[in-house]
Amino acid sequence: MNFFLISLIKTGIVAGALLTTLAYLQWIERKVLAHIQLRLGPYRVGPHGLLQPLADVIKLTTKEGYVPHHVNVFFYLLAPFLAVTCALISICIIPFGPNVEILGVRTDLGLTDLNIGVLFALAISSVGVYGVALAGWSSNNKYSLMGGLRSSAQMISYELPMAIALVSPLLLINDLSLRTIVNEQTGYYLGFIPKWTIFQLPFPQIFSFIIFLISSFAETNRVPFDLPEAENELVAGFHTEYSSLGFAAFFMAEYANMVTITCMTTVLFLGGWHAPFPAEYGSDFVPVLLLLGAAALLFYHGVVQPIKGRMWDRFTMPAFALIAAGLALVFLVPMLKPVLIPIFWFVSKTGFLLFVFIWVRGTLPRFRYDQLMSFTWKFLFPVSVVNLLITALAVALQGPKH
Amino acid sequence: MELILFLLFAAIAVACGISLVVQKHPIASALSLIGVMGSLAVLYLLLGAEFIAAVQMIVYAGAIMVLFVFVIMLLNAGAESPIGKSWPSRLLGIPLLTIFLALIAYLVQYYAPSLGVVRFGAVSTGASEIGRSLFTKYLLPFEVTSILVLIAILGAIVLARKEID
Repeated sequence: MNFFLISLIKTGIVAGALLTTLAYLQWIERKVLAHIQLRLGPYRVGPHGLLQPLADVIKLTTKEGYVPHHVNVFFYLLAPFLAVTCALISICIIPFGPNVEILGVRTDLGLTDLNIGVLFALAISSVGVYGVALAGWSSNNKYSLMGGLRSSAQMISYELPMAIALVSPLLLINDLSLRTIVNEQTGYYLGFIPKWTIFQLPFPQIFSFIIFLISSFAETNRVPFDLPEAENELVAGFHTEYSSLGFAAFFMAEYANMVTITCMTTVLFLGGWHAPFPAEYGSDFVPVLLLLGAAALLFYHGVVQPIKGRMWDRFTMPAFALIAAGLALVFLVPMLKPVLIPIFWFVSKTGFLLFVFIWVRGTLPRFRYDQLMSFTWKFLFPVSVVNLLITALAVALQGPKH
Repeated sequence: MELILFLLFAAIAVACGISLVVQKHPIASALSLIGVMGSLAVLYLLLGAEFIAAVQMIVYAGAIMVLFVFVIMLLNAGAESPIGKSWPSRLLGIPLLTIFLALIAYLVQYYAPSLGVVRFGAVSTGASEIGRSLFTKYLLPFEVTSILVLIAILGAIVLARKEID
């Protein structure tokens, strides 16, 4: 099989998976937030609201795309396009798994591997600011303008601690390619502590990880840093004047940015597709056990002890249990194992980080704008510089690597 | 393939450059400048200088131009009103510019014919090579530039403080 065909297939798979994730991430977010607030969340469309994303997509695409008469039409239409393009493009450099052989074809799991991967991600994210800023300006509306200005100021400010926090693991690993970065995190200290960057000697990068995570909340305009769209101050911020597909594009861009930045965090700090403990202790069976446990729980609640007042659970729960058990069996197939296990670890780490994003949204109140700015310039930035200096010193004392 | 890409992005760069001058609105001009920088980054990529291309995007398109756009939005600058131009400038502007540029191109080709061609990957420009040469061969210019930038930052702070008091 030639290069183009393989690339085309991989792109199709990744694009499909990414778009499905984006749609269902929103469902997961609503469900998790609802359960944090002791509600049920979406429940009407499909079993447990599972078809809600589809309904939302149909609703957003069939709505009237109204362009207000007072906007600057060219930039008004350009802005969501720019935002969503920059948000979706970065996924192409993320390595999802090692070099594997599927049906006799040897290929890397991941779309491409640039030798400036980290810089590419930074460049794309810094261009992504324009989508938000232009949307705010071209809407010709004070609320939107304030939202756009706030977001561009915030994104420029938080890019500094983010970039500096990102330099420290690069110093340890001495390469800019994301695939090499993950490969350098292979192995375990004392046989069980993973050599992920956050544990890696000579200086563990747990501080860079925390700084990076905090900055990524601000970069993606999420709570507690979602000042650009603070409802109680700015209506909806920069996307106040957008309806239908324009609004959907900004919505999608926000979630795509979240997915990309969590993937980057996983690759840079959490060891990418490497398991948290070695395969000798049975890390390959974790997905199987998890899925079988989920199947047992679903079966128990569906058949043995159904929750009162939910009559449909008697049919939907065993169906979900069967699906989970089937997936567990898929993980045991020896041919698929080298492909699925790394992807499972990658997806579960990314999923955990996404859950943290949602968890924080359900827990923390919003910052005030001056607090936001003084936090990054007076605390986060100096801390990241000190962290970088200590890491550099430790790496220099350790001597040249290769 | 390389030639097609080069021609395409060179054309985009020139078109954005013309649009930068012609546009009436400052935001449109600023965005045209970003277009120029983006296509320049692609041209760097075509020469195999991916680090320079990434830095071009991060520093120029990502940081400096965002500040430009930010300031334009904050000042809420409107479209320029056209000012009357004298008839010689309208008549002679473009022909004179063309002649001038052609003269420069001719002189460069005439006096330094070997400068004309750069190929893909002719010079090794990875991140490590650039870092090494910055900290060994070009250490003094690098440090001097850093101090210059530091002075500029201090100057900006002093000027801004005067405004506040």
